[in-house]
Amino acid sequence: MEILILLIIISVGIAAGFLIAFLLSVKNRQYDDLYSPSVRILFEKNKIDDKDDRVDDIKRIKTLKSKNEI
Amino acid sequence: MDKQNSLNQDTVKDKNLSSSKNEKFVYDNSIPRNFAIATTLWGVIGMLVGFVMALQLFLPDLNFDLSYLTFGRIRPVHTNAVIFAFVGNAIFMGVYYSLPRLCKTSIHSILLAKLHFWGWQLIIVAAAISLPLGYTTGAEYAELEWPIDIAITLVWVIFGINLIMTVIKRRERHMYVAIWFYLGSWITIAVLHIVRSIEIPYSFMKSYPVYAGVQDALVQWWYGHNAVAFFLTTPFLGLMYYFMPKAAERPVYSYKLSIIHFWSLIFLYIWAGPHHLLYSTLPDWAQSLGTVFSIMLIAPSWVV
Repeated sequence: MEILILLIIISVGIAAGFLIAFLLSVKNRQYDDLYSPSVRILFEKNKIDDKDDRVDDIKRIKTLKSKNEI
Repeated sequence: MDKQNSLNQDTVKDKNLSSSKNEKFVYDNSIPRNFAIATTLWGVIGMLVGFVMALQLFLPDLNFDLSYLTFGRIRPVHTNAVIFAFVGNAIFMGVYYSLPRLCKTSIHSILLAKLHFWGWQLIIVAAAISLPLGYTTGAEYAELEWPIDIAITLVWVIFGINLIMTVIKRRERHMYVAIWFYLGSWITIAVLHIVRSIEIPYSFMKSYPVYAGVQDALVQWWYGHNAVAFFLTTPFLGLMYYFMPKAAERPVYSYKLSIIHFWSLIFLYIWAGPHHLLYSTLPDWAQSLGTVFSIMLIAPSWVV
């Protein structure tokens, strides 16, 4: 059953690694704000869906066309 | 700080001025699309093989007396296809879609993504060929022989480079909980694959694992259980935390709870493996350890 030594060392090692990752991320202020990340993912800009971006692009193209640049 | 350049103009460099122009970047959707197609294809194939196996349970003549179609040989084709081909491609599809959006940056390298995609499909094809031909290590979910094991390691490293570099280059400081699930899965699968598949090659498609007997059994079920945990569960928990709020157009019920979910899971899950070896010759204390941690896992499971 000596294999247990290897497996336990690996498992404890992985756990220790994740513990360090956790402590570092807390120190790095990752968990200072526990609400807005969940809402932020709902506000992704996918350019094709974004009407404002399309309007801006159309305006820009019109301006460039009027200046004969395209 | 004033500095004269060659045109004799004064240029002012103010280190405090940050560039405030909008940066444009693209989300390459062809990568998740390709993985999506692969997921569907292998899902159909893998489940068809499983269906044939099920039929063979009461219609054994369905192997048509061909060694390639016997139950024992197509069983790992089915398990590998539905786990690594179907579920694997699904994971990559979800990660390559959600990760750039969560990090607000493009995926680190499109070339590596393509290598990842084709490398993974080649591995699956190699499995689909070698397993019916009888080349197997005999270890569940680790049946593929050593050349394919090496290929898996290489492709996993490529995936890791894309994953880790994209997270490093992110424009969003906070790492959404899904990213933690992806990273945790990547690390643990790497360790599991390497430890389970350490083998001495004997010839082109034959190798001997460095473990034997009951020791091999424990390594096998440490691997097998944790493969289920970190390949079949945690990546999908991450994907769930991204896609469910998106689909429901509501934020996750409690973000704080999801953080606790991840961290408790990642500490507990790896210890539950011995629950596959209850009443075996595994020492009692290891069996108890596995049982206790398995029961503790009820807590993060209820979080979902």
